[in-house]
Amino acid sequence: MEKPTQIQPVLEIKDLRKSFGDNHVLRGFNLVLNKGENLVVMGKSGSGKSVMIKCLVGLMQADSGSIQINNKSIVTLGQVELDLLRTEIGFLFQGSALYDSMTVKENLEFPLRRHKKKLNFKQSNDELILEALKNVGLEDAIDLMPSELSGGMKRRVALARALIMKPKIILYDEPTTGLDPITAKEIIALMRQIQTQYDTSSLIITHDVDCARVISNRIILLIDGINYAEGTYQELIRSHDPKVKAFFKH
Amino acid sequence: MSHKLTFSGRISGFFFEVGDMSLFAVRYFREVFRGPYEFRELLNQCYTIGNRSLLLVGVTGFILGLVFTLQSRPTLMEFGAESWMPSMVSISIVREIGPVITALICAGKIGSGIGAELGSMKVTEQIDAMEVSGTNPFKYLVITRITATTLMIPLLIVFGDFIALLGSALVENLKGGVSFTLYFNKVFNALSFGDLLPATIKSFFFGFVIGLVGCYKGYHCKKGTLGVGEASNSAVVYASMLLFIVDFIAVFISDIFFEI
Repeated sequence: MEKPTQIQPVLEIKDLRKSFGDNHVLRGFNLVLNKGENLVVMGKSGSGKSVMIKCLVGLMQADSGSIQINNKSIVTLGQVELDLLRTEIGFLFQGSALYDSMTVKENLEFPLRRHKKKLNFKQSNDELILEALKNVGLEDAIDLMPSELSGGMKRRVALARALIMKPKIILYDEPTTGLDPITAKEIIALMRQIQTQYDTSSLIITHDVDCARVISNRIILLIDGINYAEGTYQELIRSHDPKVKAFFKH
Repeated sequence: MSHKLTFSGRISGFFFEVGDMSLFAVRYFREVFRGPYEFRELLNQCYTIGNRSLLLVGVTGFILGLVFTLQSRPTLMEFGAESWMPSMVSISIVREIGPVITALICAGKIGSGIGAELGSMKVTEQIDAMEVSGTNPFKYLVITRITATTLMIPLLIVFGDFIALLGSALVENLKGGVSFTLYFNKVFNALSFGDLLPATIKSFFFGFVIGLVGCYKGYHCKKGTLGVGEASNSAVVYASMLLFIVDFIAVFISDIFFEI
């Protein structure tokens, strides 16, 4: 993908460290996501990608390091401010994480309950829900339960839910994992379309090389808890480092 | 020796969990009176917990009253004391058997249900999704459920007690020819304030314990389907054990304030 023209950091991680007992998962990880950029973080399973993204939204507490989102440090924010900041971030979970006791409509309505007034949306809930569902091509599924949806449809609904608050940053945790190649391609295309339409910046955690190739402006390889290598897809596939080559050999 | 260690490990594990649960309870009391309030979800939970347990509690209560009366009748007849039946059954059911049996049934149905529901939400990251969307999952899921069990279990106990007495009255009517009016007259004459108040107060604690244990187990569920099963199962085991402990304390305190 083409590089964004503006260099304006919207998300910054400095020297992030996280351990679970003797298992040091993150050992000083750094990252800068610029406005309009699609940044991919790749790494093996268990390399700490998901831990990093959970620290980013405050689902996990880092041992040390700083995380700035839109120039606000999430470590120092109180619960109310953190909840408000979270409305600026969309999060697509690996397993979609749809509320299985609610319909698609109720799933999308859920984030609006508390924050719609604060965000001054002029549209009604129904209009916002319909717009989000149209953007992922699932307006007919509005009254279905998550159990009635296929894996790809669930991922689309989860994406619509992540978009409902019109966030400026979207975090994707393994967006194509568990999907067949065709559905995975559809999801990637949807991610690109959303980025153009909503002018979002995206941080994508994946180990899917195809996904990284198509969507990334820049890739960071997370190995042994640090930024082992960084560059565009083309730069990284030309690398002679054996650990980097191991990722792209197929 | 190793068996002894395992046993002592389990005992200490149980008390560690109870300690952790106490902190969970402290968090509940810290947040329950602080807004924003989730009234809609609270009503939904009250309906789910209360209304959907009525049949089970009713059937169990009816059989309890029926069997209790049938089993006690021959012994009382031996002493020519069958006229004491309504008093004996009502006091036993209202004071002790009704609340404990209903609470145990609710621990099995409601406690395990809450444990499994929250556990599965935890392992499928639904709780994380809630938090990321700016909603406090503790308020939405835990506070509503614990409050709903605390309010609804006492009502279920009252309902269960009434149905048990109805079952007992039916046996007395069929076997001893005692009319329903006479039976319930004797019941109300036998029951005093000292029987009803401690039983009512402890039923709120029973409800609180069932909700607390179910939510705690589900909220701290380990990853995987095995974790969900364990959360559901241990919610019943822990809640049942704690119910007896609470009951013992309640009886002990009632003994000080009321004549038993």
